[in-house]
Amino acid sequence: MSGPAHYLPAGLPIPVSEPDGLSAPYWAGLREGRLLVQRCDRCTSWQFGPEWICHHCHAFDLTWTEVEPAGRIFSWERVWHPSHAALKQHGPYVAVVVELPQAGSVRMVGNLLGDPQQTVVIGAEVEGVFEHHPEADPAFSLLQWRPR
Amino acid sequence: MIGIGETEYYRHGASPDPEFKLALKAILAACEDAGLDPREIDGFASYSDDRSEASRLAAALGTHRLRSATMQWGGGGGGCCAAVANAAAAIVAGLADCVVVFRSLAQGQYGRFGQAAGIHTVSGERSYLMPYGVLAPPQRFAMRVQRYMHEHGVRQEALRAIALASYHHAQANPRAVMYGKPLDAGKYDASRWIAEPFHLYDCCMENDGAAALLLVSAERASDFRHKPVYLLGAAFGSGHRAAATAHNAPLYATASFDTVAPDLYRMAGVGPSDVGVVQAYENFTGGVVMALAEHGFFKPEEANDFLTFENLIAPSGRLPLNTSGGNLAECYMHGFELVLEAVRQVRETSTNQVRRNDIAMVIGGPMVTPASNLILGSEATL
Repeated sequence: MSGPAHYLPAGLPIPVSEPDGLSAPYWAGLREGRLLVQRCDRCTSWQFGPEWICHHCHAFDLTWTEVEPAGRIFSWERVWHPSHAALKQHGPYVAVVVELPQAGSVRMVGNLLGDPQQTVVIGAEVEGVFEHHPEADPAFSLLQWRPR
Repeated sequence: MIGIGETEYYRHGASPDPEFKLALKAILAACEDAGLDPREIDGFASYSDDRSEASRLAAALGTHRLRSATMQWGGGGGGCCAAVANAAAAIVAGLADCVVVFRSLAQGQYGRFGQAAGIHTVSGERSYLMPYGVLAPPQRFAMRVQRYMHEHGVRQEALRAIALASYHHAQANPRAVMYGKPLDAGKYDASRWIAEPFHLYDCCMENDGAAALLLVSAERASDFRHKPVYLLGAAFGSGHRAAATAHNAPLYATASFDTVAPDLYRMAGVGPSDVGVVQAYENFTGGVVMALAEHGFFKPEEANDFLTFENLIAPSGRLPLNTSGGNLAECYMHGFELVLEAVRQVRETSTNQVRRNDIAMVIGGPMVTPASNLILGSEATL
């Protein structure tokens, strides 16, 4: 069941870690209301999405590092066409790519909370909002964004 | 390139034939076009995990032997030119003599690209996108195009001109699914948004059908029915970390040709001003804007001036584009219809024949990785 606390209706695909566990710390972090991003202990590069190796220096086992969920809008789209049965009667919604300057400018995709018809400005500052779905099976959490 | 063939093109789900039968029909049509016994085919090449598998085709066609079977990894329609490159490479390397490149699609049988259905959980790349409603190609690519338009001041009219040119060309092409269904600027502007900045007419169709192309070595090419068309160059791939997940490609607002276009021109030994006609894969019109700029036809800042309807139409626009109607209006044969149209242009058999037809380009799958491209030429260009 999707309450008003959820931006999109229930029924969309539920995110889970890969069987090999690569992204498990990220999803577990969101469930605890913490944003974790991989950082290389050797060369200090940030990396998202996760990978087993640092793309910069090839060190393995990057450290999941807590990051303030804040950033700025890098790009956006307003989606009208429902590409999933769960969205059939829903109407438009906004997705954004957010850049996190405090974490090597890695980018994350989420929804921009608020009026779906709002004017979206590239470069605008946004802050993260953890959206929890404890009733889902399996339970999961997302990271959404709202204008700061 | 000695033979081309395709099935009738259908709306998605409307093919009376199953997918494998479509593939067989297209391959036989290409053989008929060339005047080649299908049993002489000794190699198969395709892309995007085509389900019509090489060994089954070889058995079904009773080919004398199978010597090459190549599948281009990843990139969906971005493999439409790479599959041709793989076929040519097999011939040049002496692994095979006669390779057929093909794509077959029956979406009624196997499901559509544009709908995410039957997925309960997701992991990897999709897990960072789908729960937020970034589900299918329109939503996956609109943000790249939005960023590109922001960085370079590209206006909606530039995207619209690409859609209008494709529909214009389709009106003279009886194969086209949109034959007899013209588009004008008013209809484009009034069409619904799919995902801003994409109107309905900025998005490719989804279709059923199959298309095939036969290649042999250049030495043998003149032994067949038609004036041969030569592959002058081919390239595929993408730049540094183009596949970084969750929209983390360092060069984000790109069609993925920053390294691939220079490779193509280098192999072909020509430059943008030598190219007379271009078939550029329209998953979305915005990707075509980027792809043409990355191939050096204009600078991104010049897109609004260059991309006008008049400049993009046959026979003598500045750069005739998608002269069969392409993915928007001929058929979404996952870009392979574009390769066939480039062959027709060099042969001078297009329904929208251009005047400068000696050198024709095909650009596959903008914004994906690996992307790919081809330059074709007439005998005079060798």
